[in-house]
Amino acid sequence: MNAVEVRDLHYQFGETKAVDGVDLTVRPGEIFGLLGPNGAGKTTTIRAITALLPVPTGVIEVFGLDVAKRRMAVRRLIGYVPQQLSADGSLSGVENVSLFARLFDVPRRQRKAKVDEALEMMGLTEAARRLAKTYSGGMIRRLELAQALVSSPQLLILDEPTIGLDPIARGSVWERIAAVRAETGMTVLLTTHYMEEAEQSCDRVGLMHRGRLGKLGTPRALIDEIKGGTLEDVFRAYAAGEQDEEQKGLRDVRATRRTAGRLG
Amino acid sequence: MSVPLAAPPAGWAEADRRLGPRLILSRVVALCVVEIQKLSHDRSELITRAVQPALWLVIFGTTFTKLHVIPTGGVPYLDFLAPGVLAQSVLFVSIFYGIQIIWERDAGVLAKLMVTPTPRAALVTGKAFAAGVRGLAQAVVVYAIAELLGVRFTVNPLRLLGVIAVVLLGAAFFCCLSVTIAGLVLSRDRMMGIGQAIMMPLFFASNALYPVELMPGWLQVINHVNPLSYQVEALRGLLIGTPARLPLCFGVLVAATAVGIAGASGLLARLAR
Repeated sequence: MNAVEVRDLHYQFGETKAVDGVDLTVRPGEIFGLLGPNGAGKTTTIRAITALLPVPTGVIEVFGLDVAKRRMAVRRLIGYVPQQLSADGSLSGVENVSLFARLFDVPRRQRKAKVDEALEMMGLTEAARRLAKTYSGGMIRRLELAQALVSSPQLLILDEPTIGLDPIARGSVWERIAAVRAETGMTVLLTTHYMEEAEQSCDRVGLMHRGRLGKLGTPRALIDEIKGGTLEDVFRAYAAGEQDEEQKGLRDVRATRRTAGRLG
Repeated sequence: MSVPLAAPPAGWAEADRRLGPRLILSRVVALCVVEIQKLSHDRSELITRAVQPALWLVIFGTTFTKLHVIPTGGVPYLDFLAPGVLAQSVLFVSIFYGIQIIWERDAGVLAKLMVTPTPRAALVTGKAFAAGVRGLAQAVVVYAIAELLGVRFTVNPLRLLGVIAVVLLGAAFFCCLSVTIAGLVLSRDRMMGIGQAIMMPLFFASNALYPVELMPGWLQVINHVNPLSYQVEALRGLLIGTPARLPLCFGVLVAATAVGIAGASGLLARLAR
């Protein structure tokens, strides 16, 4: 059974097509990176998988559960960290994580141990009693990872986990994600536009551009396809190809219009 | 680590079988605990928010008590006013929860909360009663100020339990009203404007400052559909013993809160998008 199965996902905000026919499979236990520039449709795809956006039946499954039909059951399997630094600054680290333990119904007897465990895993034991507003950006991100992990999710979803962080904090966040996966075998689905980070940390990646998912594979395989370089070069080549296709499409439209005009 | 995080203990599955009311109660407790934790870390808000009710009681209350221009049926005007000011300060606290939820939307907090196994109605109910917790803390401050000014409130524990229930319901309703408006306007700036615009009309079109009989006919009509009036009537009855239709007041507040939770829950998904 796949961790995530997306079939022909479309999503539109008004007239704008945010996601345009995405097919995606995330295998259990892998770190899968959804890559692409801002506005590519990555966050919309993630929000559809987490049931934050309404999707029709049969389009998205998480561990075999249809997101449209089993929303609450799917959410019990997911740990989610949004793009923004969203920990509550007016609560301490331990209070931030305890809230999510309660919201996921972690039994009272196990709650303290699970909260401590999640904070320890993210290297925040020392700072656990301090208010989160005194944390650095990297610490807040690790606190959010602790919030997402306290419920022992099967699938960890991270939307741009390193955005806005300095290089040291970014490195630390990636180390923790890799450690969690190594220790638990958890599936990780993340979005990022930092290609070099994805190249180093993801088992497989999918390149998104203008709402479509084009290239899909291991970073190595995608780089080999263009005969060397980096994942960023792969993306440039893919995006340029898309543009050519689009221009070709426009040329086709203009040709059709000319033909239509000629024929009266 | 002894237990891999990817394998939740089997007992957790029982949570899925929880009945709706139990799930809602657990979420209400979770969000109320957060509110208490926030209050314990920073009590300055309680003090700053006490300034306005203190001014109403000290300046408006004592002045009009001396003037004897508002007939209150033998009750000193300050005693008559104090429950109204208590209700007003709870209203002011809870009406800003709409702004808070928009801030939470912008900061990603709302999305994170909505990706937990928490139905929207449970999340809204939790927020509503968290507003109630903050309202109660505010009510304690106003109660203390009024006592200092010589108002003799009840100390009957049963009546005080009734006061707690009225404050919780009133705060919950106005919090839901505010979240509903937030779900319609979707912007913090607009929400602030609307919050300011509705607070004072709700207050003036209620029986908080003067008896209903003194109001012009059109204002009496508004007063009858204003939940704040029922909150004030119940508080006045419970705190200073004036005649009050307590079953009606509780009925209106419970019904208004239920409608408010339904309305706000319906619009929460709109906010999260």
